Amino acid sequence: MNTVLVIIALATLGTAAAAMSLRNLLHSVLLLTVSWAGVAAFYLWAGAEFVAFAQLLVYVGAISMAVLFAVLLTRHSRDDVAAPPASRSRACYAVVAGAAVAAVLVAAVALAPLASAPAPSPGVSVRQLGGELMGAHAASLLAVAVLLTVALIGAVVLAAGGPPENPGDVP
Amino acid sequence: MSPLQLCLAFSSLLFAVGLTGALARSNSILVLLGLELMLTAGIVNFIAFWRFGPPASPATGVVFAIFAIAVAAAETAVGLALVISVYRHQRNIRLPEANRLKG
Repeated sequence: MNTVLVIIALATLGTAAAAMSLRNLLHSVLLLTVSWAGVAAFYLWAGAEFVAFAQLLVYVGAISMAVLFAVLLTRHSRDDVAAPPASRSRACYAVVAGAAVAAVLVAAVALAPLASAPAPSPGVSVRQLGGELMGAHAASLLAVAVLLTVALIGAVVLAAGGPPENPGDVP
Repeated sequence: MSPLQLCLAFSSLLFAVGLTGALARSNSILVLLGLELMLTAGIVNFIAFWRFGPPASPATGVVFAIFAIAVAAAETAVGLALVISVYRHQRNIRLPEANRLKG
């Protein structure tokens, strides 16, 4: 059981790290899609099927497409997808900061007195989940719906509104 | 290490990878993707504690994770719209050049 988890974790972390270090933006986005699919596999492993499929639909399906569109819309020419890395010192500082955060978090997790006995999976059916969402959590569901609507309308307004009208600016 | 600790270590490392990416890169899309990785690490924590933590109401962690995914999707949409807006104004999406608020 742990072997599967370690394999999923290594695949996810490896693709994420490669995506964050590559020069080509398109390759980064595609590798991150693989990484999100790995996280969905983790949810499946943990027994949260609904969250796994929500992750697949939202991240692998929708967000990756949106990011790809953003990459393709914000390039100057056909081959301009290279994101040159920042200065070497900044990359070194970033790696040091990330390694420090990882060391502190992993040490805290390893030393914490967490339950070590394998717990039975608290399986939750989709029917049960729907009852919870529409019953006890109906107010939060409405709030999230309003938030999504407002955020998407705001995104459209931000992306479409008021460009500086320079005739020679349009490629 | 117990499975819960392995899950938490996994999410910690995912968070650290996202943090490193967000700090090291100057392309705003990559910074946004680093933020997404950190959010995903948080959601992994929800699921890990729901699966292995002390028993609570059986659906709480899943409901929390679903709401977090919805909020992350909204955040990405607004972030990408901001990136496109910055590109329209500056013809560039590198963060060091995007240093003025005037349109």
